[in-house]
Amino acid sequence: MSRALLYDSTVCIGCRQCEQACASQNKLPYDDSIAAEEQQSAHKLTCIVTRGDKFMRRLCMNCNEPSCASVCPVGAMQKTALGPVIYDASKCMGCRYCMVACPFSVPKYEWGKLIPKVEKCTMCPDRVAAGKQTACAEICPTGATKFGERDDLIADAQQRIRDNPGKYVNHIYGLQEVGGTSVLLLSAVPFETFGYRSGLGKDPLPMLTYRVLSRIPDFVPLGGMALGGIWWITHRREEVALSEGRKPAQKKDDNKTGRKP
Amino acid sequence: MKLSSSPMGSPFRATGFRFTFWKLVFLFLLAAGLYATFIRFTQGLGASTNLSDKFPWGIWISFDVLCGVMLAAGGFTLTATVHIFNLERMHSIIRPTILTAFLGYILVCVALMYDLGKPYNIWHPLIMRNPHSVMFEVAYCVMLYTTVLALEFSPIVLERFNMRKSLRFVRSILIPLVILGVILSTLHQSSLGTLYLIMPEKLHPFWYSPLLPVFFFLSAIAVGLAMTIFESSQSAKHFGLQLELPVLQELGRVLVVVLWLYAILRFEDLAHRGVLRLMIRPGYEMYLFWLELMLALILPLILLSQRKVRASPTGLYWSAVLVLLGFITNRMNVSITGFEGSTGVHYFPKWTELAVTGMIIALGFALFGLAVQYLPIFAQEHAVEAIAESTATVESEPVLENAGD
Repeated sequence: MSRALLYDSTVCIGCRQCEQACASQNKLPYDDSIAAEEQQSAHKLTCIVTRGDKFMRRLCMNCNEPSCASVCPVGAMQKTALGPVIYDASKCMGCRYCMVACPFSVPKYEWGKLIPKVEKCTMCPDRVAAGKQTACAEICPTGATKFGERDDLIADAQQRIRDNPGKYVNHIYGLQEVGGTSVLLLSAVPFETFGYRSGLGKDPLPMLTYRVLSRIPDFVPLGGMALGGIWWITHRREEVALSEGRKPAQKKDDNKTGRKP
Repeated sequence: MKLSSSPMGSPFRATGFRFTFWKLVFLFLLAAGLYATFIRFTQGLGASTNLSDKFPWGIWISFDVLCGVMLAAGGFTLTATVHIFNLERMHSIIRPTILTAFLGYILVCVALMYDLGKPYNIWHPLIMRNPHSVMFEVAYCVMLYTTVLALEFSPIVLERFNMRKSLRFVRSILIPLVILGVILSTLHQSSLGTLYLIMPEKLHPFWYSPLLPVFFFLSAIAVGLAMTIFESSQSAKHFGLQLELPVLQELGRVLVVVLWLYAILRFEDLAHRGVLRLMIRPGYEMYLFWLELMLALILPLILLSQRKVRASPTGLYWSAVLVLLGFITNRMNVSITGFEGSTGVHYFPKWTELAVTGMIIALGFALFGLAVQYLPIFAQEHAVEAIAESTATVESEPVLENAGD
């Protein structure tokens, strides 16, 4: 059901048409100087990274269980059933927790603007919902970026690795990273070459916080009971002492009346 | 504190304005801060900060929010001690402590208005809920706790204006209020650590730990105690009050216990995660890590373990200062130093960021001074007031005083 992108870097010729199509799809400027920027930014949502004669795309991975959507206090980031992780600027209050939390450091900010918003590739949610391919996959002249069902693309990627021994690193980046992503990558050289983090676990990162957060509903009534109980005991002691005619220790007379509920 | 050089106990008395050293410092910080504010709100975050896509959180989060909330932790620590654990001997210092906490939280909210990209949307978490977000939980807790603090603080104001009906009402809900305050504080003090749990691959292993929420909570208690010692000592000096030495000595004793607990947990955590060997490998992170350990744990524990130091006002004061500096270093390490390695960026705040932070700290001191001048914060002043007023008021005074705390 979930759609995905498969990018095979061995097929990519570095023509940067995906960058251009992405810019026009998202109504962002694109010219030679922007084309030369090899990093994602608020005005460049995908980029081709060149290392020697090798190319690699960088874009939002549109995680299956995205950290950005998990950490956003106002739910401005959302994972859709079709795959795209979308962003609603009208909800955003600009805390930038998504930028800090993203394991791929994808969300970028419009630092120069007075009323800034977060920018990232959102996997062309309108096109995908309309049954079309993403802009980058549609324009790609070599089929390096391929759009389709995630399961089909995984099978395709596995097939390519199997059929071409030695051509690829035996790893589909995004198959299991942080619980799987909607962008799958194949490469002839290790992914770290292009700045992709290796060693990201298979577990979705939001679980790390949810393990702690999910205890709060239990903690509140229990904590309240415990504190109330301690209060009752400490003050009951005093009452007993008073009624037995003993003077309780360290007691200021003028405070006696006030503390009774 | 800086502002009130005039004698106390005479609210609203017209005093001639005189320039003192601290007033000039305050005016300088205020001017610089206001100019930085102008830049921030006319040109945006890019022009007013050294933040970038690689380093989206800077000193306004690290110091103003993380340290601000931590330094205001005395409020819940002391209200719990006095009202829940019923340690009446702590009673005399509870008002200035609540004042410190209340000011602290107000200033955290002010700082957030600078840091948020769209501050006018700050109310959004009220209606746009994401219960999976730690930030959402922190936002709610801070909002609610600031309200609780306002209510805990309100009797001081109500008493000043002799509004007895409202006072009686606040008094009647005081214990549930205190319990709510302690729970909310426990939640968000620890949650500020939970914020970083989702980034195991980004935060340096010195500081990333599954126990971050526990560390943040325990250190908040330690800092709450240290801040109370610091603030009481400063107040005694600047407002010419009698130092509550027995109270501070008791706080010092509790502080030692909390610090030991924190130190042992921290050490065990480092050992279990196999990070101990990194502690002797020289590097940028290692130096700052040792600086933190020295200031927050090693030196205060050496000092406070000695009966002589624990008994002396100076010893207590400097131990408290070390603890404050140490845990400020800890928060800065968690939120800045720990990320410099993985992001490959060395962040140092722009002058505008420092100016805003400086102004906010200055405002904290100034507002404290003003509050002490115009409100019955300290017991002595309070007593003077009570004598001056009518017999009826004196009779109801016990009720009133207690309500405040």
